[in-house]
Amino acid sequence: MDFEYQTMRTFADSWGLLYMFLIFCGVILWVLRPAARKSGEDAAQIPFKED
Amino acid sequence: MKAALRHIDFQRGFQMKHATEAIVVGLAAFAALLAVAFAQDELFQAHMTILTLVLGVSTIVLMRRVKFGNAYAVPGNGDSSKYMDGVIRYGVIATAFWGIAGFLIGVIAASQLAWPHLNFEPWFNFSRLRPLHTSAVIFAFGGNALIATSLYVVQRTSRATLFGGNLAWFVFWGYQLFIVMAATGYLLGITQGKEYAEPEWYVDLWLTIVWVAYLIVFLGTIVKRKEPHIYVANWFFLSFIVTIAMLHVVNNLAIPVSFLGTKSYSAFSGVQDALTQWWYGHNAVGFFLTAGFLGMMYYFIPKQAERPVYSYRLSIVHFWGLIFLYIWAGPHHLHYTALPDWAQTLGMVFSIMLWMPSWGGMINGLMTLSGAWDKLRTDPILRMLVISVAFYGMSTFEGPMMSIKAVNSLSHYTDWTIGHVHSGALGWNGMISFGALYYLVPKLWNRERLYSLRLVNWHFWLATLGIVVYAAVMWVSGIMQGLMWREYDADGYLVYSFVESSQAMHPYYILRTVGGLLYLAGALIMAYNIYMTIRGKIRKEASMGAEAPVAATA
Repeated sequence: MDFEYQTMRTFADSWGLLYMFLIFCGVILWVLRPAARKSGEDAAQIPFKED
Repeated sequence: MKAALRHIDFQRGFQMKHATEAIVVGLAAFAALLAVAFAQDELFQAHMTILTLVLGVSTIVLMRRVKFGNAYAVPGNGDSSKYMDGVIRYGVIATAFWGIAGFLIGVIAASQLAWPHLNFEPWFNFSRLRPLHTSAVIFAFGGNALIATSLYVVQRTSRATLFGGNLAWFVFWGYQLFIVMAATGYLLGITQGKEYAEPEWYVDLWLTIVWVAYLIVFLGTIVKRKEPHIYVANWFFLSFIVTIAMLHVVNNLAIPVSFLGTKSYSAFSGVQDALTQWWYGHNAVGFFLTAGFLGMMYYFIPKQAERPVYSYRLSIVHFWGLIFLYIWAGPHHLHYTALPDWAQTLGMVFSIMLWMPSWGGMINGLMTLSGAWDKLRTDPILRMLVISVAFYGMSTFEGPMMSIKAVNSLSHYTDWTIGHVHSGALGWNGMISFGALYYLVPKLWNRERLYSLRLVNWHFWLATLGIVVYAAVMWVSGIMQGLMWREYDADGYLVYSFVESSQAMHPYYILRTVGGLLYLAGALIMAYNIYMTIRGKIRKEASMGAEAPVAATA
């Protein structure tokens, strides 16, 4: 088990960064997909269902 | 069946419940008394004496309630709404109270800088009042506003009552106890010297317990929601609660010297300690003062403007953008220090990238009014909410700019930083909380409307003027200060001594106090307005915008 600072740091700024970046891009694409427009408009009405 | 009935009887027997609480608090008071007796140092003894008194008085109050329980309002009962609003009513009053206390201490601290004779050793000198001011406005005022609004919003948007029943009351009173212990600790001189995380280990542990209870109440309500979708305001509130739990626990990892003493040593040392502190410190800004208050924005602006948020999809991009970026911005507090250069640059780059989600969110908030801008003329509450978003935009523009190393070399350690923080805190956090309070009070107390909209207008202008004076004065004094510190003559000697820069700032310190006084005056007007609204009064006044119909014909 070789958990040196340098090893962990290198992992974080390569694979870790890529992992986070891809998830982020995935979320953005998911939100911007055409079908999300309708569900977004519905969700925006939630505060008005109750007083 | 019998057991179930007895259970219901027990639930309805309100007096019994308070008896249990009185016993628990009474035992805690006794434990605090033991801590006084066996304290390892004088400060701990003094602090535990305060705790004993607070818990003792609470026990007496609770016992009196047991005796005369029926005469008092019962949480959940007497509510015309189907939601648990009693604790939110308390939260609204606590927010107004701590807000005024925090602003007042701020004005006193500002006066101490302008007139040093106002430092009264040892309890009321600047070094002890300053953390008292920051914690009072951020955690007492802001925290109560967040707890109250989040519990209000999560019930409405989930269409479910709060999970955990009286646990919400534990969160409320437990949080007030945390505030009292933190505040009295600062005045006694008990501090671990970490900005915005000054309370010592035993107060930190208490806050952790309260915060976990808060998370259980909030998350439990979301879990039992009747609305299939979780509204975006709840995403922001939840991220605020979860992240603050993580930040608070990690930054306060410490080993106490003694079980019954104040002093503890951080688990980190040197630059690691500094980085952990500013990872905490900046994310307290990012998740406490930004994400949590954005939760308010995404509920109260649509409600007050009576139209849905401009783009729901943009709000989700806003959310994930903030979540992914904010957590890395902390190192910009440590430019030109022992922190490795790459880490400083990383903090700077992520801070600059934050421009995008911040401004996306600001545009989303402002554009919610598109087609309804005329409401700003007649609705000062909406005006308050909108100017808060405008200040959010301004301070999230200024912040990334100040995180740029070259700018930071001028701005760091100067009053410019103080001005920046206040345009965000007074402008964004303060104004949106005031707007939320004005929205909530008539709803929570079943009043037709506020006592006076004209007074809201007065509050609006006093607060806005106060912020503008404060921020403008701090820009001038901060940049002057930074330039004086770095002024060299032809021979390479510093032109100004430190005390000369301090002297030059005296007039600005006086003006800053004036700005703070204006802001405090506005808050006092709000307190009066809220008080009269709760009493059910309505002021006879011309409605807002009624005086201007002639202009339309021109």
